[in-house]
Formats: sequence, C-alpha cells, structure tokens
Amino acid sequence: MRVSFNVNGEDVTADDVWPGESLLYVLRERLGLPGSKNACEQGECGSCTVYFDGVTACSCMIAAGQAQGRSVRTVEGLAEGEGAERELGTVQEAFVEAGAVQCGFCTPGLLVQTDDLLERTVGAGLPAPADAEIREALAGNLCRCTGYEKIIDAVHLAAGRRAGAGSGA
Amino acid sequence: MAVTTRIVTDLSSTTRDGVGASPRRPDGTLKVTGEFAYSSDVWMEDMLWGATLRSPHPHARILGIDITEALKVPGVYAVLTHEDVPGDKRYGLEHQDQPVLAFDKVRYKGEAVAVVAADHPETARRAMERVRVDYEVLEPVSDSRRAALDPDCPLVHEPDTIPEHPEYNQRGNRLRYQPVRTGAFTGAAGAAERESGVLERLRAEADVVVASEYEVGMQDQAFLGPESGMAVPAEDGGVDLYVATQWLHVDQRQIAPALGLPQDKVRLTLAGVGGAFGAREDLSMQIHACLLALRTGKPVRFVYNREESFYGHVHRHPARMRYEHGARTDGTLLYATAEIIVDGGAYASATPAVVGVASSLGIGPYEVPNVLVDAYGVYTNNPPCGAMRGFGAVQACFAYESQMDRLAEELGMHPVDLRIRNAMSQGSRIITGQEIDMPLPMAEMLERCRDLPMPPERGDLADPSDLRTLPGGVAGTTRGEGVVRGVGYGLGLKNLCFSEGFDDYSTARVRLEVVGGEPVVLVHTAAAEVGQGLVTVKGQIARTELGVEKVVIAPSDTQVGSAGSSSASRQSYMTGGAVRTACASVRAEVFALARERGLVPEGLPDTDLSLSGGKLVSATAGALVSLADLLGDSTRGGTVVEQTREYHHRPTEMLDPKLGQGASHTQFGMCVHRAVVDVDVDLGLVKVVALDAVQDVGRVMHPQQLLGQIQGGSTQGLGLALMEEVQVTDGQIRNPSFTDYLIPTILDTPPMRIEVLEHPDPHSPYGLRGAGEPPTLSSTPAIVAAVRAATGRPLTHAPVRPEDIVGIEL
Repeated sequence: MRVSFNVNGEDVTADDVWPGESLLYVLRERLGLPGSKNACEQGECGSCTVYFDGVTACSCMIAAGQAQGRSVRTVEGLAEGEGAERELGTVQEAFVEAGAVQCGFCTPGLLVQTDDLLERTVGAGLPAPADAEIREALAGNLCRCTGYEKIIDAVHLAAGRRAGAGSGA
Repeated sequence: MAVTTRIVTDLSSTTRDGVGASPRRPDGTLKVTGEFAYSSDVWMEDMLWGATLRSPHPHARILGIDITEALKVPGVYAVLTHEDVPGDKRYGLEHQDQPVLAFDKVRYKGEAVAVVAADHPETARRAMERVRVDYEVLEPVSDSRRAALDPDCPLVHEPDTIPEHPEYNQRGNRLRYQPVRTGAFTGAAGAAERESGVLERLRAEADVVVASEYEVGMQDQAFLGPESGMAVPAEDGGVDLYVATQWLHVDQRQIAPALGLPQDKVRLTLAGVGGAFGAREDLSMQIHACLLALRTGKPVRFVYNREESFYGHVHRHPARMRYEHGARTDGTLLYATAEIIVDGGAYASATPAVVGVASSLGIGPYEVPNVLVDAYGVYTNNPPCGAMRGFGAVQACFAYESQMDRLAEELGMHPVDLRIRNAMSQGSRIITGQEIDMPLPMAEMLERCRDLPMPPERGDLADPSDLRTLPGGVAGTTRGEGVVRGVGYGLGLKNLCFSEGFDDYSTARVRLEVVGGEPVVLVHTAAAEVGQGLVTVKGQIARTELGVEKVVIAPSDTQVGSAGSSSASRQSYMTGGAVRTACASVRAEVFALARERGLVPEGLPDTDLSLSGGKLVSATAGALVSLADLLGDSTRGGTVVEQTREYHHRPTEMLDPKLGQGASHTQFGMCVHRAVVDVDVDLGLVKVVALDAVQDVGRVMHPQQLLGQIQGGSTQGLGLALMEEVQVTDGQIRNPSFTDYLIPTILDTPPMRIEVLEHPDPHSPYGLRGAGEPPTLSSTPAIVAAVRAATGRPLTHAPVRPEDIVGIEL
C-alpha cells in the first residue's frame, strides 16, 4: 500500500508498504530516518518516541496505515534553524553537555519526550519542572547506561535555557 | 561530586580538554541528532534481511531438517542449515563448543537451527514457518546443583565432543571446579573427612557462627540496541562485517574458521553500539550474516527483536551459594566456607573465567585466616550464561555481604564497624595468596560512606502524603500506612582487566601531522566504544601527551591490531595505556627530529622537553619551535609522524587447580554503597530513597563520564536487587520481553550522591583504576540489606520478590 504523511515539515510518501509494518519501520527503513530507535518494538522502552499530530507516542505501536495524512516529528526534526544555520536544539545541546548520552540508543526518545515536557511547562509560561515532575514525564523511557541522574541534569539545564530564551524558543 | 584528590601526577599542560577535564563526547552530536549509525541502522539499497529459526525445546535430538517448502516462498534467497557451514561447525569464546547452526542435538531453547535471507523481514518470518525440523524431545538438565554434584546426572555434552581442560578440573557437566584453601584447610585439601574435621574444630573455636544459602537470579544485560549488523560480500571472496560487538578481533578469530576463510578475508568495522554490559562478548548474528552474504552475493542485515535478544545473548550466571562464617565476639573473622555453583547453561561462553573470579573473590575483601571455597561452573540445558558487568564477583558479593550483615546482627555490631574490623588494605593478601599491591582504602571508604548526609525522614518531607514519594508512586493503592524505612551497606572487591594468565594487550596507532597550518592527531584503535566514553578518553590522552587540541578518532576496525575487549573495566587502562605509549613514541620521534634540525639546545635531555599548546617546549629554555614549523604541512610534503604500539599489563597467573593459589588478577577496584529504602509491606513494594557511594578510581580521567559509569552501574545493581530476573522453568524463559523483564525506570532510580577518591595505582597508566564494574557489585547487597533492615526478613534471594516482604506485622 501507499502511505503519505508529513515528517518534520516535509510531505513524504512510502510505496509498497506491507500493512503489518509499523510507523517506526516506515520511518527507519523506507524514509531514511533511522533516528527513532528499535529497542523493544512493543511500546515498553520509549526509544522510538515521536510526536504524532503533536502528541508523543511510541512509533513502534502505530501501524503504518494509521499515519496516512498525519503529521509526525522525529528526533531528526528537533534541531533549530534552517539550512546552513541549522544547529542543535536546546534539549539536544543540554543532553550532550550534561553527559546524559552514553550509548545513546535511548536518547532520541528521551529528547522528544523532554521536548514535550518543556513545551508543556516553561514553553507554556509555567515554572520549570521539578525532579518529581521530570521523573513522571520520562517514566516511559528506559535508559540502561546512565542511571538517569545526568538525564535529570540535562532536563534542568534545557528548562533553564528555554525559560531564559522565552517560550517557543 | 565531591572529588578528593590525594596525589596528582603533574600533567600541567596548556592544552585544553586533556586528562582530568570533561570534554564533550566526540560522538555526542551525532547521537542527539539521530544520525549516529548504530548496527541496526546500517542500510544498503539491495540488502536482504536475515532471520534465525530457533529451537523450541531446551533439549532435543534433531532427526531431520527439511527446507524445501521454505525455499519456495517468493522473495527468499537462501535457507541455510549446519550442512552449509563450510568451515568449523562450532565456535566459542574460550571453549569451541557451540554449533554455528545446530546439528545432532539442540541444547537450549532458542538455539539457532537455520537461517534465512529474504527481501523483507516478514518474508523471512514466513519462510521460517515452513522449515520443518523433526525433533525427538529429551529431558532437559535444568538443576545446576545436580549438574555440579550428582555423578549420575545425564550429560549435556557427550564427553568426546567438547575440548578438554584438565586445568579447570573439568569433568562431566562441570566446566570448571575451582577450590580455594587457606590456613588450616590447606593441609586437609582434597580429603573430605579431614576438611570437615578442620571445620568442626574451627566451629568449636568460634564464638558466633552464621550460615545460610543464597541465590542470585539470572540477570539480563538488557542493552537497548538489539543484536544487529550487516555482512557485505567482497570481490576478493571475503566479507566485510559492520557489527556491534565488544571485541572485533575475537569475533574475527571465531568467524573466519567457520566460514573457512583466512582471517584477513573477514574484515570487521565497529558499527554504533547500543550498550553492551558483557552481552556482546559472544557472537550472535555475526557468522550467520556472513554465511548468508557469501551464499547470496548480497548484503545481509540482521536485527533481532527484543524477544529474540533474550535468546540471542548470554546472561549473568544465576548462582546458588552456601556460606558459613565464624567469628570472635569482637567481630574478628576466624573462618569462612563457601560453595558457589554458577549455571553456565548449554555452552561454555565465559563460564570458566567467571568461576575463576567468583572463587578468588569469593570471600570478599576481608581478612580471614582459614578459608574453604568450592566454586563450580556447570553445563545445563538452561540458557547459556557468560559475561555481564561484575562477572562472577557480583554473585559472590551478594552472599558474603549478606553474611557480614547477619554476623553484625548476631554480634550487635554496626555493619560498618564489623566490616572495618576485618577490612583489607594495601599489603593484604586475598584468599589466593595474591598481595593487594596498590592502595585499598577500604576502612576510609566505609567511614566516608557512613558519614554521607542522610535523606530526609518521611515525616520531614514537605508533603509525606504525596504519592510520588511512596513505594508504587502514583499507581500506589495505599497512603503509606505500611511503609517502613531501612538503611543498608554493601561493598565489593572487583578484579579489573583480564585475569589468570591472559595477555589482553591493546594496540594503538597514533599519527601526528600538520594540516592547514594546524597540528592534528589521529588515534586509531580497534577498541569498542559501547557507550562508556572511551572515545572521549582516547582523545584526552592524545591531547595531554602531544599537546595538540585537535584530535580525530578513527573508526574502530580490524585494520589495526587488537585492542582486547571492552570488558572487565579495562579499556581506559589498556587502550588508554596503548594510546599513551604510542603518543610517547610519536613524541620521542618529534624530539629526535627537532634535535636533528638543531632546534634543541645542546645538553637538554628529553626529560626537559614536552609538547604543549602545539609547540615543542623546554622546561628550562621555553618554547623551542611550533609543530607547524617543525613538521610542515603534510599536504605539501611535510613530515608525518606515525607510531603503532602495543600495551601489555603485568603478567598474571592461573589459579592452581588444587588450592586455588596464584596472583591471578591485574588490578583491584572497590566501591562502597549505602542504600536507604522505604518498603510498603502491605503492597510488597520497595522505593529506593537514596543510593550513595564512595569509590576509589585511582585517577579521574573524565569526571562527568566517571559519574555516569558509577551511577549507571549502581542502577544495574538496583535492578538485580529488586526486579531483574530472567525466569527459567525447565529450560524455558518465561519473561523474554520488557513487559515482563523489568529494568529500572527513572522512577525506580533514586538520587545518587557519589564521592570519588583518587589513590593512584603505581602499576597503571596515570594511576587509574577501572571504574565501570565495582558499583554494580556493591549496590545490590546494600539495597537488599536496607530492605532486610526495614522488614526483618532474611531475604536470601536477589532480586527480592514482592512475596518476600509482604504480610509483616508492624
């Protein structure tokens, strides 16, 4: 079957999709967007988290056909600016700087989920999230390397910067 | 982090981001943009998908395999069985005992029987359904104690089919039996009656005796990046393999003979590795992908899913242990005995080495004059077990630390005081007779750990009724009426680098040249970056040693000599040592060149010279020449200085097979943990409130990455304490998914305060000590001790299960 949707602001079409394929498979294998990760493919680890019509979801749990006409944003769409001016987004930068990245396999999903948390908090003019709120928000994203401490540091760092830059930065 | 610095080697340099700084990971940007190419991301236009048909039985005879119908599925390019393996039919890390594809028998559920290459993963799956394997199901050997001790137990391997290793006391299902005897037990060694006579006498002499059985469950490494990779057939009849592994050269050494190819026709390049923790020491899809690529003439990619991953790699050995300790009333230990049985499963993997660690470190870092240890690693029809972070030391540590707590309780002593009373230190000898000839500030570490600030009591929280502060969190169904708090301590001694005579050298190639007027260093090794940050540390060392800021890390591949494994906390030591040694050779060549050109004043020795800030600098005469001027631009005929060097650690010895004596280890490391837990005894749930640690690392190479190792390792220990167990019944894994095999989430993981000590090891590069494994040993017993303190239950099984801690009258 043919599936057409919008990824990171671009309209795309995938042909010859077998109906059993997931959105994750189509992104990774048919659209050249391997950033979303295939760690469990059963909705338990969060490594494949994407924005699906603005809501974070595990792309492994979405059938390819369900993406028809929808809008998807992946880790590849988190960088800021355009063209040659393109640079790491606030959350991406904070994760590298704080040492929240080790093997990095969980990182794409955590970046999308953190981006969403910050959009809902500092991005909406609310206070930066405290530890307990960060933990709740990221509870669906497994990381095996870090013990999560540096991830929490990274979220605080990004929240501070995004709040400082004003909403929508 | 509080870093206490004792002695610091003088590394003053004007070059930024050298040893001791925390520069960014060179792969960090690619990892946050999604562009970093993991082994499951390697992609080619005309690639095929590989898939593996696995045995549904833990033990069965293969009567026949029929692939006819599978080959008829449109889109299938090849279906291969053991008959298609052109070279050696078996492979293995240490023992060559595991079939590439099963023949005659299958020995564990999940063993590979056939492989398929097809145009789509679903096509491959459908083809596998059409492979007919005729099995005669056999009774599995599933009881590790019986496999170790019952001479009538059926054999997992026929005697003449596996290599013999008399130095391991190998016999029957015993892969290795390692006794250790010290003190009064030495003279009685090997004579059961005399040994029990000695034990009786010691028991009578002791004021307190504690004895118990302990179990450690089978833990999964649960790396997030599944086994995957791609084999690409080459024009020279060889194959190029892009794969996630821990040791490229040991893979190459096993793959080539199976393919019937010379080693140089099997070239490996490290693809991005999504975590390892020991699970990538053994081969998974490597030979299968190469076989299919060579057969079809097309690139073949494998990507296991999570369930298959549970069958596709070895796990941490489950252990059954019996311990006894006798002490004086003042807490002084008089004797200790231990029987340790680790279940190796169907194939050897690293089991003999795991037994070597479990036995030699079986009593821990405690002064005990009389010791009897019997450690066994056995074959069964359970899933194969091998390397996982901590490697045999984890299992023993849970038992000996639990014993220390029981003893402290019996004696009415504080658990820290009892440990200090019997603490080893530099100059002590472990039970193998090996002297600890490096700092081991165990007593100081214990004191420091006890003195760390405590988290607030529940009653002092701003809102103690906030569900998020309770075990079970927002999903909890109580208001915490049954919550009790406990505090526990744990510590562990870990060997670092490979042991028992293994020369696990590493190789580094370092090139210095000037490009565009700027000096640049290229560092090339075969070492596996698995997430730990070696890729950062290699660059730091090159900057410090060569005084050049711009360092490029070449991809790891087999075009340079072996780096050994990213295991045993050894890469900063070994590959770090190799990079440093190669840099020293490059530096010496630069000095010689400068002398040749008359740029070094007469009489200045090399010790007066250094490279710093892109210049050759004399301590007495100041800057002599810039590297740019000395070498000249390499694109315009300038000098390129390149050196390749191997680094070897000092030799170690095998343990002798009768008394378990010998200097078997290269280096020792230690971490001390204190855990604070809240237990809801109505719900059987535990919340770890704090998990603080003190670790001595000899020398901090990269403070930020170091904390990541300690916190990550502590968290894997938390998983083993409270939730992680591969549940196996009659050889069948019952929970091969992240739905049923739980690893700690961010909600399960507490804040972790880490205090780092730096007592340098005089034998190692920069005085550093491997840091990745020790915290994984000590956090498990600390947490279980805290749960014991809260509940009063004996808790002899790790992980603690809900049913172990419910129904307690408060």
